[in-house]
Parts: sequence; structure tokens; C-alpha cells
Amino acid sequence: MSPATSDWVERSAEEIAESVREGKATAEEVTRAFLARADSTAPRLATFLHRMPEEALASARALDARRARGERLGALAGVPIALKDNICTRGIPTTCGSRILEGYRPPYDAHVVERLAASGAVVVGKTNCDEFAMGSSTENSAYRPTRNPWDLARVPGGSSGGSAAAVSAREAALSLGSDTGGSVRQPAAFCGVYGLKPTYGAVSRYGLVAFASSLDQIGPFARTARDTALLFNAICGRDARDMTSRPEAVPIALDSLERGVKGLSIGIPRDILAGEGIAPAIRACFERAAAALRTAGASLVDVTLPHAKHAIATYYLVATAEASSNLARYDGVRYGLRAKDGNLTQMYEATRGQGFGREVKRRILLGTYALSAGYYDAYYLRAQKVRTLIRRDFATALEKADALLFPVTPTTAFPIGEKVDDPLAMYLNDIFSIPASLAGVPALSFPAGFDEAGLPIGLQLAGRPFQEETLLRVARAYEAADDAAARIPAIAKERA
Amino acid sequence: MSEVRPPVAEADPKAAARAKYEPVIGLEVHAQLKTASKIFCSCSTEFGARANTQVCPVCLGLPGVLPVLNERAVLFAVMTGLAVGSTINRRSVFARKNYFYPDLPKGYQISQYDRPLCEGGAVEVLAEGVRKRIGLVRIHLEEDAGKSLHPEGKEGVSTTRVDLNRAGVPLIEIVSEPDLRSGAEAYHYLTKLKQILVYLDVCDGNMEEGSLRCDANVSVRPRGAKEFGTKTEIKNLNSFRYVEKAIAFEIDRQVARVEAGERIVQETLLWDSARNVAETMRSKEEAHDYRYFPEPDLLPLDLTPAWIDGVRATLPELPDALRERLVREQGIPEYDAEVLTETRALATYYEEVATRSGQPKLASNWIMTEVNAVRNKTGQPIESFPIDAGRLGDLVGMIAAEKISGKIAKTVFERMLSEADGPEAIVQKHGLLPIDDEAALRALAREVLAANPGPAAEFRGGKEKTFAFLVGQAMKQSRGRAHPEKLQAALRAVLSEEA
Repeated sequence: MSPATSDWVERSAEEIAESVREGKATAEEVTRAFLARADSTAPRLATFLHRMPEEALASARALDARRARGERLGALAGVPIALKDNICTRGIPTTCGSRILEGYRPPYDAHVVERLAASGAVVVGKTNCDEFAMGSSTENSAYRPTRNPWDLARVPGGSSGGSAAAVSAREAALSLGSDTGGSVRQPAAFCGVYGLKPTYGAVSRYGLVAFASSLDQIGPFARTARDTALLFNAICGRDARDMTSRPEAVPIALDSLERGVKGLSIGIPRDILAGEGIAPAIRACFERAAAALRTAGASLVDVTLPHAKHAIATYYLVATAEASSNLARYDGVRYGLRAKDGNLTQMYEATRGQGFGREVKRRILLGTYALSAGYYDAYYLRAQKVRTLIRRDFATALEKADALLFPVTPTTAFPIGEKVDDPLAMYLNDIFSIPASLAGVPALSFPAGFDEAGLPIGLQLAGRPFQEETLLRVARAYEAADDAAARIPAIAKERA
Repeated sequence: MSEVRPPVAEADPKAAARAKYEPVIGLEVHAQLKTASKIFCSCSTEFGARANTQVCPVCLGLPGVLPVLNERAVLFAVMTGLAVGSTINRRSVFARKNYFYPDLPKGYQISQYDRPLCEGGAVEVLAEGVRKRIGLVRIHLEEDAGKSLHPEGKEGVSTTRVDLNRAGVPLIEIVSEPDLRSGAEAYHYLTKLKQILVYLDVCDGNMEEGSLRCDANVSVRPRGAKEFGTKTEIKNLNSFRYVEKAIAFEIDRQVARVEAGERIVQETLLWDSARNVAETMRSKEEAHDYRYFPEPDLLPLDLTPAWIDGVRATLPELPDALRERLVREQGIPEYDAEVLTETRALATYYEEVATRSGQPKLASNWIMTEVNAVRNKTGQPIESFPIDAGRLGDLVGMIAAEKISGKIAKTVFERMLSEADGPEAIVQKHGLLPIDDEAALRALAREVLAANPGPAAEFRGGKEKTFAFLVGQAMKQSRGRAHPEKLQAALRAVLSEEA
């Protein structure tokens, strides 16, 4: 007998896919379960900008029909998945959380969307995010802020807040976000789920609306280490349409995640942990986790990341410079919003003035300035040099250690509205996630505990390029020893 | 008082002023590469398709798309660099040039900036009989923008339409050193550059379709000065002749200003070919800050020396080498070789005619005069010239073998333009065979003397000059077919017979 309909939402993606492949469940019933959950919780959480119940059921039925014909289904057969709204979906609105793309429907699917379809995943909707992925709270969405399933008065993190909250609230079994400076890892930490930023180049960016091209990576959200690997496997690898995608990115054998941490060395970057501002609960959680990994057989080694303290300054030059150029195409000429106003220059100014929100404008201005004649060397070029130093820091530290362990964020989820008028305070929230982005190395946020208010704490593992497997192996060992990942937010315990 | 004639120079005050200054000119040439598909996507590059039919998400600059470099565009650019002796950089970097314009879909153009594909090199030109090397600064790869069209709208309503078929067509920008000194030199430089590109078959050189475009940087300085003057840039030069005219115009304008004690303002000018004037488009203050930075969506372009050597090995013979070879192998003058190597097809045509006829110089003469005269009238490329090299070679051979006179040969040539037969057959068919049979010539002589009794009598009376008239009459009578020497001999013989 199949479990009660509502139980499907508690199953892992791995179990769901196996059940659907083996005919123990239909993709349709699984999909209906998740749609029902989202019907109940999504309006309160504002996880989605666009839900796709009809399309989801149609593709679920198509999968069931294929199975009935005896076809073999893929690794994500019948698994409901949510996509951040900056991932292009053919014929389906893709707004990036911006007014300037309101009503825009791309004529093509992103590479990852094609891959998901091929592996049998069922897309249930497009999730809310900070406008053009610029933000750490999803409050910069032009439409509405997403709420944290653990505490509806708090932010889910960002910019992929909708994708993190959707998985946390069991509105989807999996989701995809994008991480430029922490936009997958930070909301994963705030929402108590796994979030992986793959190595730069591991996943094709074709169809991911660009924020900062040299940093952007699409990454999975999931509720288990194995599911994270399963989703990574479905989307990784070289794509001829993205010249920065790499052939070294190969699927992970799920069984290898069960090998434990014996023989692995975990690097502790003592210098970045020495800084002020890390909440005591997070510090305590970190020490506890390190001890647990040592108990499980890993050795701990001290390492340093001496240039990581310059990461935020570096990031806000490199990322904004690229963004200022990437966002030039939203000019009202070909698609999206066009303000009907005066001559060409007036039309540009009115379109971009009305279409972009404050944070996006701030970053375009910052980036334009960093690239300006006379300032380029002092800002952009210098930032690139510091970026090289940070990359070397990681390479050196990762010669001594197989993975580095440190927090994802200095605090747990903060109240909605707390930092919206203080961009610098908001930027500082990314202090631990940005270094790995600049270095291009893989980094994973995994559920490690809870603070005194019952809010999730995520810890971060960073590794050598294309060694996502090592990170997930360490997280899997922790998952076997700790129940943090298994806890469920109250809103997700409601019966639909 | 005696009349004082003004000094010659005052007859042309402009020339006098010009003589005091040295113009310094550099050209930026954009050449569209003849690849089948665009530089960063697989859309067709064919010219003339209905607007916005050769586009895809990539060249439309839709959100989320990424460029993928067309390797053939790199090959063509490297071929060009090697042909002009540039250094091919083993690593070059694409960069974004940021500016807003409706026909620029991404809001930036992918180009190359501080690390171009090719640096250095030179083009040798023959300007006013003097050979001169024009140095090159660089050759880099970039994408073309679309086209803005401004159709006539209703009164008071201005509409702009954008055609993005051209957006993403591969271009090379070829930047010369400021080595040019006149509009005429610029004309010759462009002609030579186009010739090289067409020889390489990397660009069709068609200015009307925009496959070749040129901007000119012009400044003047007092003769002997080392420092450059302030330069202006002239755009919208849609033909080589406009380039030449616009540069001449701008030199005169700058010289006049400097002579009047005024400063040259650094600005961009637009050439108005209808009025033959260059007018301000934007001043230095309005100039764009393009905010170049390395294109993060493309990796640096790395080329191995082995690959570059492979390209070098497959380069076709270029105009200079071909010209020298023709001089060496065919023994024709350098001037002839220069004319005959205008295109590779013309040179090939010439070589066939020369070989077939065994008459290199005569073959050259016929092509430079008769063939080119017809082509200049019709605008035909040699590839579609109605007389192929085989037939012309036979004709030249017949002249050399004295089977027909040069005069008859021209008649045969005229006929061959519209008839498919070989020269022998045409001679037969139209009765153009030469008359060299002694009996026939004597008969002709008798006929002519009978018809001109007066002059004949004069000749016999000792007026030698009349002989030429009689020869002319006989030649006319034979419609040019009579063998000249034999005809004269026959005439003299008959005249003496009858005396």
C-alpha cells in the first residue's frame, strides 16, 4: 500500500523516485500531495512567484503514462521540484523578482530545466527571490517578502529564499537556487535545509539570468545529503552552450557518501572564526559539530584564510561591476517593461527607473563606478588581484585539509524589516559565504543545530574544486550522528 | 609700370597652406568575416534576409543566454593577422564594451581590448608610384551590432526600427598606425587591405552591404614637428572614395583653423556624402566611457604555436607574392603584374592565357587593354567574363603566329564576346581569314589600281607618297585581312608590271 497522500511530502526525493520508478506510487499522487501542501502554506510563506499546478500534474501524468508503456524513468522520476525565478522556463513567467521582467516568458528552457525534465523531475513553480538575486533576505523581491517557515516573522534568507523555504515547508521535495555570494547557502542555513554551491563551472549557467557571471552558480536545496547529491548529479557537467562549464564535474556515487569521515582531515580556519559578531549559539554549534566529526574519525587541523577579511569589499566591486553590465540589456527595447516616455534617453531612464528596485540600482551604480575610466585600476583591477589571493588562500588551506568547516552566517534568521534600511549590515551577513564564491570552490551549507529560539543553524563545508562528494560525505556523517536535519518546522507538520 | 604677376601659390591658397603642414592619418577598418554562422551563436550570417529572421535567444541578448565562440571566426582573424605579418598572441582576452543603443541587444558589445588577438604587422601599398609600408597597431575580433532603420513615418512622428539579423556577425577591427599622409594614401591602403582579405577569402569586401567599414583619425602638424596635433575622428565613410574625400576635406579644415590661430577640438565627425562636408557628431566631453572589462562569460582565448603554424602553412598565395612571381616567371613588367593581381581570379586567368598562347607580354597587353576595357564598362568580374582564358589564349596565339593581324584580332575578340566559338572558327565563319596568297593579293592590287587611276598615275609619275594611300585603299578593300607586307609587295609588283 502506498503511504497516506500527505506522507509523500515527508519522503526523500530518493525514496519518491524509487517508488515512482517501481510503480509503488504514481507521479500524479506524489505531485498532488506536494501541491496540496503548497496550497495550504505557500500563501502564508510567499514562497512562489508563480505556481504551476496544471503543468505539474500534466507532466506527472505523462511520466505515469511512460512508465505504463514500460519506459525506464530517470533518477528524479516524479520528484516535485521548485525553481528559483531567475532560471528560464520556456513559456513560463521568469521575472527574477523584478518589475522590469513582469510578464516576461522566455522562449527557451535553461540547461538545468532540460536536465531535470530528462531525469523525470516535476516542476511545481517558480520561487520568490531578491530582485536579480541581489540580497540576503528575499525582501528585495519587487513582489513580496518570503517568510521563514520556522518563524513567519523572520526572513528565510536570500536571495534564493523562496527555494529554501519551499523545501523546508515541504512544498517541494527539492529546489534549485542560485548562489553568487551565498544565495543558496545562507537561506539553506536560515531554513534548516541543505544548500550546495557547486564548484564554479560544475553546472551550466545557460538559462540562469546573470547577476555576476564569474560567480553565479546554480545549486540544489534538499532535506538530506543524499538528495542533495541526487539533484547535483542531475544538473552537473559540461554544456556546450556555457564556455565556463567544465567536464571535470561528474555525478557522485551515492554510496560513497556512506563511507564516513575516518581518514579525512577537516580544516578549521581559526582566523576568520576569531572575528566579532558570531552569535554564541552558532559558535557553540560549530564547536559541537567539529567535536562530533572528530569523534566520527576525522582529524581536525588549523588553517588560515588570511585574505578572507577583504572578501566583502572585493565581492561588492567584482559582482557589482559585472552586474552593471549584465543588467544593461533591460532597456525597454525588446522585452519586459517599457515606460512610454519621450525620446530614447528618456525612455531608457524611465524604464530602468521604474523597473529596478533600490538595491539593484545601488549595485548598478556601484559597479558602473568601479569600471569607470580613472577608477578601474583602483577598484575593479585591485579587487581581481585580491580575488586571486583569496583563491590561493583556499588552495593552500585545502592542501592541508580535505574540507574546511566554518559557519554560513554570523547569526540565525533575522526579523523581517530589521536590515532593509541598512545595506551594509545586510552585506555583512554574507561574510562567511562570500570567500568560497570568490575562490570558485564548492561549498555546502548543512543543517547543524538550532539556537535558543529554535531557529536553524547551518554550518559550511568548503572543498577542493570538483570535490562536492567530499563535502556531502562529511555532511552525511554528521547527519547520521545528529538529528538537526530531521526536524520539521511547525507549519510543515499541519495536515493539508 | 609693368604688370606684376601674382605668385603661383596665391592661385590656390589652400595648397600653399597645406604645404606647411603634414597630415597624420590612421584608419580603423571593420571587416565582416565570411563565416556561415555568427560569432557567438549558430544563426546564419547571410545578408539581405527579412528583418529579424536570423536571430535566436543568444544574439537577441535575452536574459540568461551565454556566448559560445565560433572557432572559424578565430581562424579567419588569425589568417588575416598572419597575412599582414602580425604577431598572433597565444593568449587574447575578450572584453565587454558597454554602451546603450537600441541595436545593441545586450547593452554591451563583446570585443577585445587590452589583449587583442593580433598585434603589429604592416600592409605595403603602391601610392602614386611609391611603395610604402603602413604599419598596423592591432587586429581584434568582435561582434557586430544590429541595424537601426528610420523609416519615413507620419508627419511629426519619428519611428526607429531595429533589425538584429546583423547582431553577432563576426568582425575584425584592423587598426593602422598613423602612417598615412593623404586621402589618396588612405584610398590605396584600403584597396590593398580589401585585396588581401578577399585573397584570403575571409571577407567579401563589399562596402555597399557593409562588410567593410572605415573610420578615419585625422590630425595635422607643422612639417618637421614631432608631436601629433589634436585628432578628429570621421565616421560614416561608406566607400573608399568617401574616405579619400573626407580626409582631404578634414585636412583642409584643420589647416585653415590652425592657420587662423584657432585650436583643433577633439571630436567625432560624421561625413555627409551628399554635401561633401564633415559635421560634428559628438565632442570629447560627450564621448562614451565604455567601461571595458574582461568578458566573464568567455574564457581567455588560448592558441598553441602548433595550431598557429598550421594556419600559416595553409595560407594561400597573397597579392605581393603573386605579383613578384608573375614578374619572375612570366617576365612581365611590375606594373602589369600589379594590374593583373587585382584579384586572384584575374591573375589565374592571365596565367592561363599566357601559358596557352606562350606569349606572356602579349597576353598581359590584351587583358589590361581589351579585356579590362570591356569589364570596366560592364562591371563584370573576370569569373563571369564571356571569353574564357582558353579562347583568349588561342586568339593571342594566333596573333603571335601571325595568322591574323592585331586589327582582325580585335574584330574576332568583339565577336567572341557574344559567340561561343573559338577564334579559329569565328575567323572561318565570318570570312576573316587573312589574304596572303600572292595571286589573290595581286588581283586585289589590280582592282584597287583600276579603281584609282589618278593616284596610280601619280605614283608612276614619281610621287612616292601616293603609295601609302593605295595601300590604305587595298587594305580597306580587303576589310583588313590583307597581309600588310605581302600586300605592299604585290602592289609594287603590279605597279611595275603595268608601268
